[in-house]
Amino acid sequence: MVSKICTGNYAAAYGSMRSRARTVAAYPITPQTFIVEHISEFINNGEMDCEYIEVESEHTAMSACVSASASGVRTFTATSSQGLALMHEILPIASGMRLPVVMAVVNRSIASPINIWVEHNDIMPERDSGWIQVFCDNNQEVQDMILQAYRIAEGKRVALPVAVCLDAFILSHTVEPVDLIEQDAADKYVPEFSPTGAILDPDDVAAVGVFTPPDYMMECRWQTDKAMRNAVEAIGEANEVFAKQFGRDHGGMIDPYMVDDAEAVLVTMGTASSTAHEVVDEMRAKGKKVGLVKLRFWRPYPSELLRAIAEKVKAVGVFDRAVSYGIGGPSYIEFRNAVFGLDLPVMNFIGGLGGRDVSLQDVRFMYEKLLEAARTGVVKRDITWMGTRGVEQ
Amino acid sequence: MKLKELPDEELFTRGHTACAGCGAAVAVRNLMKVLGKRTMVVNPACCLLIFGATYPYLAWKVPFHHVAFENTAACATGMSRAMKVRGKEDTVVMGIAGDGGTADIGIQALSGAAERNEDMLYVMYDNEAYMNTGIQRSGSTPFGAWTTTTPVGKVKAGKADFKKDMPLIMMAHNVPYVATASIGNIQDFINKFEKARNMKGFRYIQVFTPCPTGWRHDTAKTIEVAKLAVDTGMWTLYECENGKVKINRKPKMTPVSEYLKVQGRFRHMKEEDVRKLQDWVTSKWEADERYAQCRQ
Repeated sequence: MVSKICTGNYAAAYGSMRSRARTVAAYPITPQTFIVEHISEFINNGEMDCEYIEVESEHTAMSACVSASASGVRTFTATSSQGLALMHEILPIASGMRLPVVMAVVNRSIASPINIWVEHNDIMPERDSGWIQVFCDNNQEVQDMILQAYRIAEGKRVALPVAVCLDAFILSHTVEPVDLIEQDAADKYVPEFSPTGAILDPDDVAAVGVFTPPDYMMECRWQTDKAMRNAVEAIGEANEVFAKQFGRDHGGMIDPYMVDDAEAVLVTMGTASSTAHEVVDEMRAKGKKVGLVKLRFWRPYPSELLRAIAEKVKAVGVFDRAVSYGIGGPSYIEFRNAVFGLDLPVMNFIGGLGGRDVSLQDVRFMYEKLLEAARTGVVKRDITWMGTRGVEQ
Repeated sequence: MKLKELPDEELFTRGHTACAGCGAAVAVRNLMKVLGKRTMVVNPACCLLIFGATYPYLAWKVPFHHVAFENTAACATGMSRAMKVRGKEDTVVMGIAGDGGTADIGIQALSGAAERNEDMLYVMYDNEAYMNTGIQRSGSTPFGAWTTTTPVGKVKAGKADFKKDMPLIMMAHNVPYVATASIGNIQDFINKFEKARNMKGFRYIQVFTPCPTGWRHDTAKTIEVAKLAVDTGMWTLYECENGKVKINRKPKMTPVSEYLKVQGRFRHMKEEDVRKLQDWVTSKWEADERYAQCRQ
């Protein structure tokens, strides 16, 4: 095992190399650009045996990945924000065709106003695209999840694309020590690509993507829905096998911390989790019963796991780095659905938009509000815009 | 390959649901005979997708792939690179799209693939409007033509702008092969597809394919209309091979009115507009000829 100080972007690119992606089609966009640069360097230095397609847009990047994958080759791409939005049309085609394309998404704010910093509003519109989506908390996890993504995506049981999400700049451009997986070990974990369904092959004629009348659509949709449900098991297995081989257990669907006897729990995604983790330790030292759930997989959504935790606590807060205008944070909306019918105070904290810092003090504020709700059983304000000028706190 | 040497085997078979007299179906049936079995097809949302590949029926006897509308060249790129990875580079990867899917919405992906010199044959079957959605104007619709978005009204009638010169745009990409073809000149058509099949890198062929449904002509006269387009200069046959341009057939310069009068889509045109179109045809031919002389 080689340990190296590297950025999240390097970790993502390295993960794709070690997973032996054979076709990469990608387009530069801040803050994802270094991923495509690193891959180009790997290829030009002879370290990575891969067709790199320097496409003219993200739309073409995703289209080329879909067709290369449909033609029986392991593919990888990466994007951010507006680039992801440009890919939007092709994302449900990848899942509808049941293609195990893997993509790193460096989560960045979506315009307007134009902004290049972290926010999860870019991926939220892709919630229903049929992509498995996992949020990472550190650069080690980024590399590890790229490998796990191929294991989850490929195979008949799932056969769906996976997006590995990392927060802009906080991970993409920040260096951290990462245990880089060597090729032999990677090969043992990610088996050689063997397509599951019909592929495009001159020696074995098949059609992929034909026009489909109403008589057959419901069944196609049902099969994709079932595949997404099957993914829960595949995610657990991928994590278990990984933990056994590499000694790192990232938790699978969710990663709970100090929730067993907690009164107030916060649900976070991405790098806000590490910040909250610190605050939990600090408050626990003061005897306050707080806990944390790191929501790793956004699709499939861990409804049952979250409900089981919610049943044991007195108040839950959901931190969103995104907003669905007029209703609240997407993660909050999803969580309320998971705990429907439970008599439980649930609060939403919206913050960190467009790269605004999420500080320890912010998280302390959230936990204090939650402990108050746990004590009184009353939610004074269900949605709080953190540290926003002109908004009452 | 001579016309009589075309194989009997159909790789785009009978049973498809194209309209009677469909020029695109004639083009596809014949070009597949030339390209042969070792061909893989990418096709966007267009008439050809619907009449050739509606589940559970399939007219294609080769691998067939549809993804979306504007990304034919992008998908053909992915397929072509995948064949390289898998050591199956003897395959002809063909992207085939209509004029809307090529000259309008697909031009970005097409230009990118051409600039990268991707190993593919890109075919634009040009029926001069969005026929699948019901005859709407495209960048490739000729001046004056009625379409459902350039209807004949009291104040305006027909398309106000001239046809986009796609082959010229493609030649500007300096790709190994660019050609124009017509289903009305079948030997020339065969020659060009045969040449393209045997080349590597990016090849572009634009085939003129009349559409009786959209052009409002007799379904029995598809070939006649195609021939008239070449004779009048509305469509010129040339090719550009590794930068050298060759005119394959000089137009007879039959008056353009002869071409217009057999089609309902031009029926409303006033004399002055016919003259305007005639002037455009004349100057376009002169320009094509000069361009060919410059790049011999």
